[in-house]
Amino acid sequence: MNALTPVMSVRGISKQFDAIKAVDDVSFDVYPGEILGLIGPNGSGKSTLFNCILGQLAADRGTVEVGGQAVSNKRSCDLSKLGIGRTFQQLSVFPEMTVLDNIIVAGQEHEGTMISRLFGAPDAGLTEQAEQMIAFFRLSHLRDEQAGSLSYGQQKLVDAAMAFMAGPNIVLLDEPAGGVNLTMLAGLKERLISYNREHATTFVVIEHNMEFVMSLCTRIIVLAEGAIIAEGTPDQIRSNQMVIDAYLGG
Amino acid sequence: MRFSLKHLLLLVGLGVLVVAPLGQGNYIVYMLCSWLIFSIAAMGLNLTLGYAGQISLAQASFMAIGAYTTALLTLAGWHWVVAMPIGLVLCFVVGLALGFPALRVRGHFLAFVTLAFNTLVFLVARNEDWLTGGTYGKFGMPRPDFGIVSTDSQLNFYYFTLIVFVIAAALMWGIVRSPWGRAFRALRENPIRAESLGIDTRRLTLLAFAIGSVYGGLAGSLVSPLVQFIEPGSFAVIHSLRILLMVVVGGAGFFYGPMLGAAVVILLPEVLRFTEGYYLILYATLVIVLMVFCPSGLIGVGSRIRDKLWSRTRDRGDLKQGAQL
Repeated sequence: MNALTPVMSVRGISKQFDAIKAVDDVSFDVYPGEILGLIGPNGSGKSTLFNCILGQLAADRGTVEVGGQAVSNKRSCDLSKLGIGRTFQQLSVFPEMTVLDNIIVAGQEHEGTMISRLFGAPDAGLTEQAEQMIAFFRLSHLRDEQAGSLSYGQQKLVDAAMAFMAGPNIVLLDEPAGGVNLTMLAGLKERLISYNREHATTFVVIEHNMEFVMSLCTRIIVLAEGAIIAEGTPDQIRSNQMVIDAYLGG
Repeated sequence: MRFSLKHLLLLVGLGVLVVAPLGQGNYIVYMLCSWLIFSIAAMGLNLTLGYAGQISLAQASFMAIGAYTTALLTLAGWHWVVAMPIGLVLCFVVGLALGFPALRVRGHFLAFVTLAFNTLVFLVARNEDWLTGGTYGKFGMPRPDFGIVSTDSQLNFYYFTLIVFVIAAALMWGIVRSPWGRAFRALRENPIRAESLGIDTRRLTLLAFAIGSVYGGLAGSLVSPLVQFIEPGSFAVIHSLRILLMVVVGGAGFFYGPMLGAAVVILLPEVLRFTEGYYLILYATLVIVLMVFCPSGLIGVGSRIRDKLWSRTRDRGDLKQGAQL
């Protein structure tokens, strides 16, 4: 896999908050079609790293390249146009819109120009595609419900569906399993694997649920105190003594 | 397109607007004109505040820009049809500029910025008398003459205002039901998520201010020939607060909210005049009661009544299946 050209390269990212080093000189590559897990204890810098990669926090040092193009100073709307989707740790749907509108709004900015969107069809011609995405995440029965009225887990699924609507090349998922019940979690994992296989989309996943991340990811990077302490396949990570001491426990 | 109850109600509403001034005195027709004009201003603020979630206490200042531009140009002999778009372009540019602070500050900080802008416009209108006539204002602006039809009579001016109102409302409807409208709502509900989905929230925030300001300017360009006298006090901060009240009372973020709100703020005090000295107390009490019991405004009251009369209680999609996913 490492012979491939990376779709994303993170080089020497550092971020400090006052005296605290949240992310310390982190570098890694993400390869096409892989599901890369980023794990680590609370406060290890995973979400800060995500936010630096996605332009929501300015890194003190380091660069991020996507498809060979430097994206370090780009806004997240520009990153979305470059094919980078994301989900959020907290619930991040548009609560007063229907599920269908949530999914359409996730794709409409990638259709036509600003002017054509003003004078074009109200749904930007995306209803059918949005319905397919809703069906893929098995939410068809909730299509016309207000997103804010759904359960926590269902909103997480809507959030994931939104991240996929624009057909991204890379999706960064921030704790997709957080607060999701076991039945739904199995469904979510199956959906993610299925999407990855069908579309060869690359995933980078931050997750605390070890069972979920070990069964979903093809490669895992472990962060502790802002730095990478291990990298490998799920089996290698499980048996890595440094990871066991720092995170997994005996 | 299927003809639905909504279309029928819309036609009835338009019919009522057409016949409303017939047989009425000049004052009533004047009040109806005021209602239509303030509905336009409130529609603009509804886009900025109700749909896009950007607080603005400066809508009256854009009415001032529209009104003074139209007044100065029509007094110089330009036709209203030429003067009005110039006022609107000016409002668009100034509204765009006013949107920039919204990229840095939100909530009550933004409210203060816009309030300061309204005060600034008021002071310019009052102090720059070489341009605005100062406290004496401008007067004697001609009403538009279209050759075969003049709008000099109050009734003709009402119909002229109604046509402008219908065009403005149709354009607003086009905006809010287009993908732009959905993007504006996304900006209001979750700007960080909206940005991550490719929505350029900076551009959208600026557009929300600029388009809302254009509607304020259009209302101002109609006030000028309606009253044929404008002075700075007509566009002070208190009038921005009145327009805000119209949006909130009617129902912010609902298309028909501003029209209902403007009816309450403009027409209700007139309806209550029979109570003589008590009308303002009654009016204020009604508004307070409405806001306490129905913060979503009159549209919210309408929805509640509709739900009571025609119960729309139903199971949510997943609950129909017996269990939540």
